[in-house]
Amino acid sequence: MDREKIIARLTEVFQDVFDDEELQISDDTTADDIEAWDSLEHISLIAAVEKAFKMRFTMKEVSGMKNVGEMISILCERAKKC
Amino acid sequence: MISELCFPFDSDKIMSSKKKLLRLLKEHESGGVPLRIAVLGGSTTSDIIKVLELFLRNRGIVPSFYESEYAQYWSDAVFGTPELDEFKPELVFIHTCSRNIEEKPTVGEDGKSVAEKLEREYARYEKMWTALSEKFGCVIIQNNFEMPSERLLGNREVGCAYGRIDFITRLNCKFYDYAQSHNNFYIHDINYLSAAYGLERWHELRHWHLYKYAMSVSAIPEFAYSLSNIICSVMGKNKKVLALDLDNTLWGGVIGDDGQSGIEIGSETSEGQSYLRLQKYVKAHKELGVLLTVCSKNDPENALEGLNHPDGVLKPSDFALIKANWNEKSLNLEETAQELNLLPESFVFVDDNPVECDIVKAQTPEIVTINFENPEECIRAIDKCGYFEVTNLSADDAKRGEMYAANAQRAAAEKKFASYDDFLASLEMSAVIGEFDPVHIPRITQLTNKSNQFNCTTKRYTQTEMEAVAASPDYIRLCGRLTDKFGDNGIVSVVIGEKRGSELHIDLWLMSCRVLKRGMEYAMINRLVEEAAKAGITEIFGYYYPTKKNAMVSKLYEDFGFAQVSDDNGNTVWRLEVTGYSPKKIFIDIKENENG
Repeated sequence: MDREKIIARLTEVFQDVFDDEELQISDDTTADDIEAWDSLEHISLIAAVEKAFKMRFTMKEVSGMKNVGEMISILCERAKKC
Repeated sequence: MISELCFPFDSDKIMSSKKKLLRLLKEHESGGVPLRIAVLGGSTTSDIIKVLELFLRNRGIVPSFYESEYAQYWSDAVFGTPELDEFKPELVFIHTCSRNIEEKPTVGEDGKSVAEKLEREYARYEKMWTALSEKFGCVIIQNNFEMPSERLLGNREVGCAYGRIDFITRLNCKFYDYAQSHNNFYIHDINYLSAAYGLERWHELRHWHLYKYAMSVSAIPEFAYSLSNIICSVMGKNKKVLALDLDNTLWGGVIGDDGQSGIEIGSETSEGQSYLRLQKYVKAHKELGVLLTVCSKNDPENALEGLNHPDGVLKPSDFALIKANWNEKSLNLEETAQELNLLPESFVFVDDNPVECDIVKAQTPEIVTINFENPEECIRAIDKCGYFEVTNLSADDAKRGEMYAANAQRAAAEKKFASYDDFLASLEMSAVIGEFDPVHIPRITQLTNKSNQFNCTTKRYTQTEMEAVAASPDYIRLCGRLTDKFGDNGIVSVVIGEKRGSELHIDLWLMSCRVLKRGMEYAMINRLVEEAAKAGITEIFGYYYPTKKNAMVSKLYEDFGFAQVSDDNGNTVWRLEVTGYSPKKIFIDIKENENG
């Protein structure tokens, strides 16, 4: 899966979790940009991303991700391996 | 009902669409039963609460929550907090797991010392339960303990004084003993749930270390669903009827084509055994008070031929009603509901044909459906759906099937009489009407939570609240049991009036719809007026609060001879002067007590 496709799919996951069909994400998007994205919703988001991309984040990745760009990078890296 | 939240559901979809589902439920909401739930957790509870709310709202319960601070379950329960005290929970869920066990046995520890640890550990829990029920008189739901994720001693973790699984098992047994001797206390069996889910998948250690969830985040919907089933059952939201297709559902093959000797049922073949097992499982539901009905596209004589198969265990007499014809199934189910005086929402329809299930869902969305491919799956689906979750079995439950069968005989008898009064007289009815007897409190409570149609105020009571009403001098209480020549209907009517000086205000007037048009309501009002006069009451006030389901009693008080006092958007108040009451004519012989 290339970066474009990953971003498109990831956008759908965000829209689903935050129940906002207009939500758009970019590399710089952080939890501060999305009102409903608190530490509790973060858990649902991570779980939904893992299901959508059929992968698992390591604990270090979950606690270390600073913005959506880092999440996309991790997903791209995993996609290469498979 | 939102189908994404009906069994069988997609857990991942629910987890990722929680927000949307809640929004949809709120948009479609109408008249749910409010319930204050305190969740006292030994681990994270936030998503559990969110998903639990979805399942409860989908079944007509609108919860509000108190959530303890992280892992503060014990101190909240024992010492309380101002917020919890003010919240006044009607139900407390204690979400603990085996990680919350404070003192575990150490390797090589002697039996006496382990036994003392077990006592101390158990005492912590019993102290919570006692404190909560004394303070709030609430329903308590307590998780038991699931098996741990590691076994240091391997198989020796059981059958050994210091085995940890041994310890957990004993602790669980002590919980069960408490449950057996205490009302309003229910075990949420996460030990079974986690085993069925798969213990290794359940213990997703990342989710413990990252978020302090006691189980995998993916398991939360199954966990919350299982919990919601107990709550729905306590709140009287269980389904009442299992409506079954016949061909390829209760036996293999098509009776109309294959004939009695051609269908698969009985111990001769593996397929036959599978259907036999299903028939036995279905038949056992009668003991729970679930009514069985048939809804099949068949000629009636063929349906009976199949049900009379010598190797089958489900016989025609096991069914409250058999609809075998070529009409649409949704139509047949609606007619069945009418004939049994039940609402379509009380029905679970089981059919192997997905198209039939879809048509029923589309035509009568209140009816839930169970579709399956083979009989083994069918048992599992009925088992897991939770629509018949048992919390309190009343003595009447096991007899319900007989009661409805007797109703069918009454309906047949009715046709033979020239006038309805002649028919009523022929029933040789007798009723016992009197005070609440302590042994009947579970049934009385159950009725207040289940009766929707013949119910003037639709006021719900928990068992604890009902016990308080029963013990208070401020009320006049009546419960009525009706028997006739076809059988005993059990307790069918409950009335509660609150005394305020010389006035009596009727908080609750309900009757089971299985005794409609028998004059039982007249027997009850006659008796109520008598009791009121004895207690020095001069005026009685009746209240009618309309819901979607109780239109049949909108004019009940008028029929009793009350005069309307006010009408506030359909909420009506009615008044009767005790001295001006003329007793209603009844065809029921009234007895003072069960022996009288």
